[in-house]
Amino acid sequence: MKRKDFLYLTGMGFGGAMLSRIPVIGAPISQEAALQGGIDVALKKRMADVALNAARSKGATYTDVRIGRYLREFVVTRENKVQNVVNTESYGMGVRVLADGCWGFAATDRMDNDSIARAAADAVAIAKENARLQSEPVQLAPQKGYGEVSWKAPIEKNGFEVPIKDKVDLLLKVNDTAMKAGANYVTSIIFLVNEQKYFASTDGSYIDQDIHRIWPTFYATKIDQKSGKFITRNALSAPRGMGYEYLMPRDSDKIKGMPTMLYRDRYDMIEDAGLAGLQTGQKLAAKSVEPGKYDLILDPTNMWLTIHESVGHPSELDRVLGYEANFAGTSFLTLDKWKSGKFNFGSKNVNIVADKTQPGSLGAVGYDDEGVKCGKWDIIKDGTLVNYQTIRDQAHILGLNASQGCCYADSWNDVQFQRMPNISLQPGKAPLTPSDMIKNVEKGIYIIGDSSFSIDQQRYNFQFSGQLYYEVRNGKIVGMLNDVAYQSNTQEFWNSCSAVCDERDYRLGGSFFDGKGQPEQVSAVSHGSSTARFNGVNIINTARKI
Amino acid sequence: MAILSQEEAQALMKKALSYSKADECEINFSGSNSGNIRYARNSVSTSGAVSTTSMVISSAFGKKLGVVTLNEYDDKSIETAVRRSEELAQLAPENPEYMPFLGPQTYGPTNPKLYDQKTAEMTPKQRADMVEASLNVAKESKLTAAGFLQNTGSFSAMMNSHGLFAYNKYSDINFSITMRTPDSLGSGYATKDYEDFNDMDTLKLTKIAAQKASGSVTAKAIEPGKYTVILEPAAGIVLLENLYGSLDARSADEGRSFLSKAGGGTRLGEKLVDERVNIYSDPADPRLPTSTWSGDGQPQQKVNWIEKGVIKNLYYSRYWAQKKGVKPMPGPGGVIMEGGEGSIEDLIKSTEKGILVTRLWYIREVDPQTLLYTGLTRDGTFYIENGQIKFPVKNFRFNESPVIMLNNLEALGKPERTVSGESFQSALIPPMKIRDFTFSSLSDAV
Repeated sequence: MKRKDFLYLTGMGFGGAMLSRIPVIGAPISQEAALQGGIDVALKKRMADVALNAARSKGATYTDVRIGRYLREFVVTRENKVQNVVNTESYGMGVRVLADGCWGFAATDRMDNDSIARAAADAVAIAKENARLQSEPVQLAPQKGYGEVSWKAPIEKNGFEVPIKDKVDLLLKVNDTAMKAGANYVTSIIFLVNEQKYFASTDGSYIDQDIHRIWPTFYATKIDQKSGKFITRNALSAPRGMGYEYLMPRDSDKIKGMPTMLYRDRYDMIEDAGLAGLQTGQKLAAKSVEPGKYDLILDPTNMWLTIHESVGHPSELDRVLGYEANFAGTSFLTLDKWKSGKFNFGSKNVNIVADKTQPGSLGAVGYDDEGVKCGKWDIIKDGTLVNYQTIRDQAHILGLNASQGCCYADSWNDVQFQRMPNISLQPGKAPLTPSDMIKNVEKGIYIIGDSSFSIDQQRYNFQFSGQLYYEVRNGKIVGMLNDVAYQSNTQEFWNSCSAVCDERDYRLGGSFFDGKGQPEQVSAVSHGSSTARFNGVNIINTARKI
Repeated sequence: MAILSQEEAQALMKKALSYSKADECEINFSGSNSGNIRYARNSVSTSGAVSTTSMVISSAFGKKLGVVTLNEYDDKSIETAVRRSEELAQLAPENPEYMPFLGPQTYGPTNPKLYDQKTAEMTPKQRADMVEASLNVAKESKLTAAGFLQNTGSFSAMMNSHGLFAYNKYSDINFSITMRTPDSLGSGYATKDYEDFNDMDTLKLTKIAAQKASGSVTAKAIEPGKYTVILEPAAGIVLLENLYGSLDARSADEGRSFLSKAGGGTRLGEKLVDERVNIYSDPADPRLPTSTWSGDGQPQQKVNWIEKGVIKNLYYSRYWAQKKGVKPMPGPGGVIMEGGEGSIEDLIKSTEKGILVTRLWYIREVDPQTLLYTGLTRDGTFYIENGQIKFPVKNFRFNESPVIMLNNLEALGKPERTVSGESFQSALIPPMKIRDFTFSSLSDAV
């Protein structure tokens, strides 16, 4: 599921205009089919062995097989109408081989023995053909086989088992609440994902995994017809690696006392919609920001995207090496900076970890897509760059004797490659709440929620916006602002980090659609943080007239 | 199996319809074969081949719709899928905006250039040979290449119980190349996308990217601000597509579009940009052949979207058109913007002071009210003085609206076919010279 397909299925795209050249619309299935159990693990092992043996017989020196069944469900409503209920399924196999020192890959959705063997043979033929273009053979870090193992996301309630009617009722209540509070239009969506993935390799691993993700969201718009102005406030939910329990609110998961309600591990969608309805009116009436330097207090609902773009992507080793140079770009975090052991990425308050095991996160799995058990490690320690993110064919470049388990493919028909794990800013050690932090700010802006985001191809220059902007003067919130975007340089920005709230404020944000690679693939990843303060950041005014 | 002929597709879809007991039934059927090579650091990084088909069955009872899919086409599998879609339709909530399926449509003749069998069936060797030509440029010029080549053959078809049938076959070859200097101080880019692999010259494109890379080392920093820019087609398309992709009537009518007017109504019929701007789509144009039908089965035909700077048409979904009492209009497929006769070099020669932009990157909407977008220049940005490129400059972040941009039009060059690095859609776009283009900050990225 690419981002543009999501936009199409949810009716949020350009009315199909951008997709009309080849009208492929995905692969919907029934609710009933989505509830059917996964493919029998013994059958998957048999199919995997067909591919492994076929590839070996054609001359592959290493082979891995991924059998994927990917279920997705969208429930889309608009005002008092159900716009779309779509269940999709994608099922097939991808075979990756090393032959003559070069990678080859082929995929098929025909799961009979002949088709599987043909895909394996095609992968070997491609590898052998391309080997003449290879400057040096692939070096694969050793990986022990785990035998037959499994991993399941620790969810409490499978969202696919919740009746569609319950989801529709919730979303229509969300829309009604937002409109009663002042919004003119509301689109709300529940998006569920279940990845049933099976991995097998010639190392001797047969790994069965069951992964769940959920993203409830809405877009509330208010229009002032007289002036022709309109404004939208999006949901403050985070997509999570959780079951439907995420939508069963608990008071203990609410962060109270701030200008709007904020949520930790459970989300009260109706409450947030009511606040959004009110806030669309407040946003329309808010004053336009005076550009200049401000101290920024960034809530985790905004912070996650800044972490993702300015820390997650530049610390991907494939970008550092140049593998993404033609599309997603390279990185300013070059190897010499890491080798020096002294590269000042940020202030001493900046501690950033990679973690593919974090419960409830979007990137949590037991094993990555080349059969490596997942773990946790430091990327930035006390402001200094200490590590990257690697996969098996990169580990030797860092002198590692094992991969860090960062390999992922968004479908069985895409080749796996390096993707970021959950990358998170660690909470401050001293007791500090967002209210305490605001008290110490003379001229600042408190930003909640994410919006527009853009960063250059080496991850220096960025510009981000938010959902709610509150002006802070002499330690107090004095009103709402509009037309705000912050621009900075990654290294300057993280060096301006003057405080991070403690773990009581720690929350996860994240994305379902982190794009990278050619052909482009998406991955889902979480980023945690507590509210953080950055001193003297450049604010621009984004208002224009046409 | 993945690319079925019209007759093969028709036979399977007819069979599916013969099982239907619903008020209405519609079948969408598609398949593709594709192969690719990705390379970086002057060596192949990944490559692959994918083959897939999918049949989507939609059954409706009144305003209740059920949809299922399958990829096994024996009689039993098809009948089971039809039954399941009917069961689902009976359980589905009623959609008040549901529109009955279309009846038979008249489509224009399929452009013969839309599908080239040799392109659809390229071998791993053919792809490797095209990439080898590119890698040889890198080796000879002592530069580092990162590129991507992909060929695809596909079909899509549609048939319903009201007698509609549509079918198209497509082929596509896409290539993009970034060349960088070994010291990482220079970078250049080129990209193209065609239906016929004979049109794709990986050698020529790699040489262009190499020239830009070598020419862009020792870039100077100049102050951000408002500059005259020359946007090459690969740069211009990523801003223009956000303009022609936003011509939706419903958003405009509802007051949530840059086309909504204060007090109500839309700006349809208003002159919104420079009168030299003419943007249309035409599936029959041999320079950019596109599908004869849209995803919902409506015929695609020539439509003027912006004529002499005036918004001439908005696209209407079938539901919204019925509500507004107008003819439905699918969105544009394959956009063409008219231009002049001059080359990019001619535009440079006529520029006293300005900046040549090869590529724009990471384009994101900042404000839908004004269609304000932000993003950055990339892979070849040069300062022009007295009609000549004087020196490379560091990259900029811009904050600009395509509406404002097309009001600040200085000159248009000869349109070229290009492909968006953001949406991967093709268009025929002229190089554009624009005054007062807003660069808001500098970037050190190369």
